[in-house]
Amino acid sequence: MLSNSNRIDRRLNGLLLSMVCVTALLLALIVLFLLSEAWPFFANREPDGTWLQLFYRQNWYPLEGQFGMAPMILSSLAVTAGAVSLALPLGLGSAIFLQFYAPPRSAQGFRLLLNVLAGIPSVVFGLWGLTRLVPLITSWQPPGASLLAAIIVLALMILPTIALTSASSLASVPKEMLTGSMALGLRRNTQILHVILPAARAGINSGVLLATARALGETLAVLMVAGNVVQFPSGLFEPVRVLTANIALEMAYAMGDHRASLFASGLLLTLLVWLLSWFAHRVNQVNNREIRGG
Amino acid sequence: MADRIFSGLLFSCALLVVSSLLWVLSDVVLQGAVHFNWQFLFAAPSNAGRDGGIGPILVSTLWLLLIALTVALPLGLGVAIWLSEFAQSNSRLASSTGISLDILAGVPSIVYGLFGNAFFSIYLGLGFSLLSGGLTLACMILPVFVRTCEVGLRAVTDDWRRGALALGMTRSAAIWHILLPAARPAIVAGLILSIGRATAETAALLFTSGYVDRMPGSLLDSGRALAVHIYDLSMNITGGDGAAYASALVLVTLIIALNTLAQGLVDSWFKQRLKIA
Repeated sequence: MLSNSNRIDRRLNGLLLSMVCVTALLLALIVLFLLSEAWPFFANREPDGTWLQLFYRQNWYPLEGQFGMAPMILSSLAVTAGAVSLALPLGLGSAIFLQFYAPPRSAQGFRLLLNVLAGIPSVVFGLWGLTRLVPLITSWQPPGASLLAAIIVLALMILPTIALTSASSLASVPKEMLTGSMALGLRRNTQILHVILPAARAGINSGVLLATARALGETLAVLMVAGNVVQFPSGLFEPVRVLTANIALEMAYAMGDHRASLFASGLLLTLLVWLLSWFAHRVNQVNNREIRGG
Repeated sequence: MADRIFSGLLFSCALLVVSSLLWVLSDVVLQGAVHFNWQFLFAAPSNAGRDGGIGPILVSTLWLLLIALTVALPLGLGVAIWLSEFAQSNSRLASSTGISLDILAGVPSIVYGLFGNAFFSIYLGLGFSLLSGGLTLACMILPVFVRTCEVGLRAVTDDWRRGALALGMTRSAAIWHILLPAARPAIVAGLILSIGRATAETAALLFTSGYVDRMPGSLLDSGRALAVHIYDLSMNITGGDGAAYASALVLVTLIIALNTLAQGLVDSWFKQRLKIA
């Protein structure tokens, strides 16, 4: 490896290696601490198996020893799914518009706007949702702070990410594909829907995954507009509480098993995000195989 | 006909997106500007933040950022150099470090907050302080920074490495004089991404750096970040919306300035590389 290795190089290698070890250790430490803080919760309930109530019970009264997180897990999933299914068509549509239809000057302005909004902190979206969107929904369907408000705020938050990553993966499709489909005399919408979009699928997928993980892990923006009542998400206008918001709301005073259960929900969130990225990785693999095989 | 419906649909999509995003942006700018004046930047908050300014909060925000960067930058750069220049392609350590970095990049920020609270605040006994908040932020931005730098270093053509070897340069000299300058724009872009993420963060700081809005006397004092201030004003203080919007305007301006800088650097990098090729 080191064809002209000398003392300085070996020292540098040693120094960098120790930095890598520190980093790897830090990463291990994060997992270790989450596990060890959540452990009492599982250990106290492992013998009779009641720790499983986390997943199926609906009563969240941590001070009385009832730790049912099912409503919050479902609310987290509902808010994320709602936000992604709202933002995906809009983001993809505007990416296609940006890439193939918009005149250069307005495309530039659009791109600038998306870049600016991709960098806006989530707490600002939360503030906007709380002071603009929630009163608007209240005047239509009280109480206002609801699943719908959370979905809209999150969708606005992840829209720029989805639009920008989709636009850049559309731009990286080889020009030959477009000219080839033009030469075949395909209509514009057929070219885009059946030639360009499938070719850009991998990039779009990873952008959507990034946005989904962000939506699932978002805390403050959802907390500020969702109303935070622990209940199953039964309607768009019902207030809900998501897992992340629950941690932020109760961490300040949680003790003992209550605190441990919050760490357990943190682990659960992390696990959900990992599953999501593993799934997306597999989907991409299968897609690639199909493209190569077909 | 189908073509016209399709393009009409796309156009209305784009219109809807632009108008709703502009709505958010204009609200923040207009509402913020009403309450903003230069005094606001330097004065201490009074009346629970409804009046006064954000002086101590800006100072705390900058301290948090400084601590996070001081820890994450050297460590992240070192790891990125090792991963791209020293690690052999089949190294177990390299692949497992890479995997855990990717995993950690997706961990929600509130979970970093939990870790920071358990480890820095309680286990290491730092309490609610700027130090534990800054270190938590450092853990959070490390994966992103390492990955961006590594990509930048790997993008440097191998001809340069061979050229350096042919000139009899040591690896260390080649890294210092050739590879790092060549990858500098990527490093700066990673840096600014990290700054953006750390400045915008709220959830990871709630239980690590705390809520206290006084001017911090030392790094072991609790300090309130700007994003936490916005959250607190809008959720817990009735009548704090004006100050919240003004703080949001300051925060957004800060981040936009940094983002524009990153964008410009990445663009100029691509132009440079085209010239070389």
